[in-house]
Amino acid sequence: MNKILAKQRLSKEVFRMEIEAPEIAEARHPGQFIILQMGGDFGERIPLTIANADPVKGSITLIFQAVGETTHRLALLEPGDTIQNLLGPLGKPTDIKKYGKVVCVGGGIGVAPLFPIVEGMKKAGNEVTVIMGARTKELLIMEEDMRAIADEVIVVTDDGSYGRKALVTVPLKEICEEDKPDCVVIIGPPVMMKFAALTTKPYGIHTIVSLNTIMIDGTGMCGGCRVTIGGETKFVCVDGPEFDGHLVDWDNMLLRLGTYKSEEAEAHHRCHIGLKINEGEA
Amino acid sequence: KDRAKIPLQEMPSQAPEVRVCNMEEVALGYTENQVRLEAMRCIQCKNQPCIAGCPVSIDIPAFIAEAAKGDYGKSVEIIKESSLLPSICGRVCPQEVQCQKFCTVGKMHKDVEQSVSIGRIERFVADYAREHGLEKIPSIKPDSGRKVAVVGSGPASISAAADLRREGHTVMMFEALHKAGGVLVYGIPEFRLPKKIVEHELQNLKDMGVEIRPNYLVGKTRKIADLMEKDGFDAVFVGSGAGLPKFLGIEGENYVGVFSANEYLTRSNLMKAYAVGKSQTPLYRSKNVAVFGGGNVAMDAARTAKRLGAEEVIVVYRRTEVEMPARREEVTHAKEEGIKFLFLHAPLKITANEKGRVNGVELITCELGEPDASGRRRPVEIPGSEKIYDFDTAIIAIGNDSNPLIKATTDGIEVNRRGNFIVNEETCETTLKGVYAGGDIVLGAATVILAMGQGRRAAKAMNTYLKGLA
Ligand SMILES: Cc1cc2nc3c(=O)[nH]c(=O)nc-3n(C[C@H](O)[C@H](O)[C@H](O)COP(=O)(O)OP(=O)(O)OC[C@H]3O[C@@H](n4cnc5c(N)ncnc54)[C@H](O)[C@@H]3O)c2cc1C
Ligand SMILES: Cc1cc2nc3c(=O)[nH]c(=O)nc-3n(C[C@H](O)[C@H](O)[C@H](O)COP(=O)(O)OP(=O)(O)OC[C@H]3O[C@@H](n4cnc5c(N)ncnc54)[C@H](O)[C@@H]3O)c2cc1C
Ligand code: SF4
Ligand code: SF4
Ligand code: FES
Ligand SMILES: [Mg+2]
Repeated sequence: MNKILAKQRLSKEVFRMEIEAPEIAEARHPGQFIILQMGGDFGERIPLTIANADPVKGSITLIFQAVGETTHRLALLEPGDTIQNLLGPLGKPTDIKKYGKVVCVGGGIGVAPLFPIVEGMKKAGNEVTVIMGARTKELLIMEEDMRAIADEVIVVTDDGSYGRKALVTVPLKEICEEDKPDCVVIIGPPVMMKFAALTTKPYGIHTIVSLNTIMIDGTGMCGGCRVTIGGETKFVCVDGPEFDGHLVDWDNMLLRLGTYKSEEAEAHHRCHIGLKINEGEA
Repeated sequence: KDRAKIPLQEMPSQAPEVRVCNMEEVALGYTENQVRLEAMRCIQCKNQPCIAGCPVSIDIPAFIAEAAKGDYGKSVEIIKESSLLPSICGRVCPQEVQCQKFCTVGKMHKDVEQSVSIGRIERFVADYAREHGLEKIPSIKPDSGRKVAVVGSGPASISAAADLRREGHTVMMFEALHKAGGVLVYGIPEFRLPKKIVEHELQNLKDMGVEIRPNYLVGKTRKIADLMEKDGFDAVFVGSGAGLPKFLGIEGENYVGVFSANEYLTRSNLMKAYAVGKSQTPLYRSKNVAVFGGGNVAMDAARTAKRLGAEEVIVVYRRTEVEMPARREEVTHAKEEGIKFLFLHAPLKITANEKGRVNGVELITCELGEPDASGRRRPVEIPGSEKIYDFDTAIIAIGNDSNPLIKATTDGIEVNRRGNFIVNEETCETTLKGVYAGGDIVLGAATVILAMGQGRRAAKAMNTYLKGLA
């Protein structure tokens, strides 16, 4: 049982929650995630990245987007409520060290898990540029947090409602041309990660991506999270979640993410009825 | 003798056409009348060949004699001297290759299927004792001042925890999943082993004072070294199982609609995805399912797929029915339920449509060649016999390797070539002092009874070790 200590709505669909979890807070490193399960026997297990942790207070912070049934149910919880099951920290930590110049690229909700990595890279003595993007201004999160630690922050939106009207790949390519970075870290929607990784490939830049495949146990037991990396099968929950972006079989991963699309859409619809949330409002 | 005239008591079961539409237990259990009759078939052999066939040497003739008399409480007590989980082992032990294989009655009929149904009697008396409150809560010695961590909550860990707690140690059990029970809960389906039985065993542990901590992945949440050095655990038992699914290594294995049996069964059992509309974990909708493998895992996956609505389920196995390692009863049940078998075939490649969803499997025909290391005749592929079959789902049930997580996060634990922990056979101690291990993490994917036996053996050695600590 883990108590929710604080909750904040960062945008229409995005929530930040601080949760009591002393052991996880103590053990975790940037890049790692948790799996939570709630709602008795019938609840689903879903992975969320640990966006931040306070080992003194014994809490971790999750930032999540309400996209379907389970994330909606989570969004309905309030401070004082508990999450029945919380397992972590899972996965391997980010390989944080001194590279020199690092560019961190975040798309949408991916900005949240990117934050502890930016922090870590900075602490390790790197010069860090952040490129963060969202569909529209409303969905942009954590700009202030990023500005407080990064050397440079470039904001882009798809519709030009804020910052530059561009995809993250545009400033990324410019940076690769002008002042080639030593390492690029990309977290965001899979399609964005695919194209951002393709952008750095011709320059031979070390490119780390954080994969978000469908998971159950998170301990390497089921193989449901598997992806193809350089022709080899890997389990994202134990071998990852971070991999060399130039070796990922993106198309296969995208197909696998869609395994339950129609079932999930039905559940999402059912949950809107059951939870009395209006369509389009998280 | 009159005893020889008593017919073998058949197990009452749900009718096949009914049970494929539910998840409830298939075998319903003997009636009291039946169990007495079956127990009377035992001729109480002097040389007791059945005992040698039981991996934990239960005094079989003795417990059967009590069952024949109708003293089920006494009967269970005899079993519990050797096995802590009779209602589980009575259901899932491969009796036909263990205790019942050596039974004199079967030998007399020259048919192992005619042996005394030791497992069914064991199951009856254990169920009876549970349902009638005849189980004795074991006495617990006064606090020893020692603390023991038990990693995992499968049969090896359950039995180790019980035996350690009896000696008065503080016992804490750490389980990675949100529910305890190991494979008994996430792997073996409800229709073969009702989860309330496993829950009952876990409740017994709690009543004895064992603390169970779910959502705790040893190696990640905390390392073994930290448990021992920072948290004050004097010894550790590792029963982390063989939870690493094997894949075939063939083309197309990562297409949508290819599952490890572990994933398929975990979704259905642990996550209750079979309760469509109620469970929040989705299920893949299948019409034609291919299951690769020939063991219990393959039978469970195939029969689950059928219950989840697949029209056709085919088990594809490289050898013949004789070599299949699955329990006889499961194969019989599967056939009754309409599961088809394609023997002497091996998968070469999985194909998919333009959306990456499975639409076929290429199989090759095999013939049996020379025996291999396991003593079974090796399947040899016949060139030119490749053929593509239509399937929309493929489940890989060819077994599990050892999960490498603990080894990878613990200095000093040595494993063999296959990733299994190396232990002292007598004591189950690993190469790291104070750390013991048993069950599938040591034996490779084995059986419930062997895991239970090792858990007990380890606990015995650990109790001695803990006593000897200054
Ligand atoms: C390592 C990792 C870290 C993640 N970190 C974050 C994070 O910090 N914040 C955040 O908002 N999201 C994160 N995600 C994604 C998050 O897990 C999914 O959005 C969530 O599972 C959706 O569940 P749902 O029931 O609300 O939606 P659904 O409608 O059921 O699913 C929406 C989509 O999410 C994916 N998904 C579904 N079930 C699962 C599952 N069991 N595991 C993983 N993905 C699934 C599928 O692609 C699906 O199409 C992370 C995923 C991974 C693998
Ligand atoms: C589908 C299926 C059907 C089977 N059918 C039969 C049968 O009919 N008869 C039979 O005798 N045997 C059967 N078996 C085999 C039998 O279930 C196993 O041999 C037995 O369960 C092994 O017990 P165990 O205690 O070693 O580990 P497991 O039962 O595997 O339990 C290990 C537990 O440890 C947990 N764990 C792992 N790593 C960690 C960690 N680092 N920290 C915390 N927890 C951890 C796991 O989550 C798991 O719950 C079957 C197996 C499967 C998969
Ligand atoms: S534990 Fe298994 S092998 Fe031993 S007597 Fe019981 S059913 Fe037979
Ligand atoms: S071998 Fe068979 S008949 Fe003989 S004692 Fe054992 S169970 Fe009874
Ligand atoms: S989530 Fe099951 S193996 Fe990764
Ligand atoms: Mg969901």
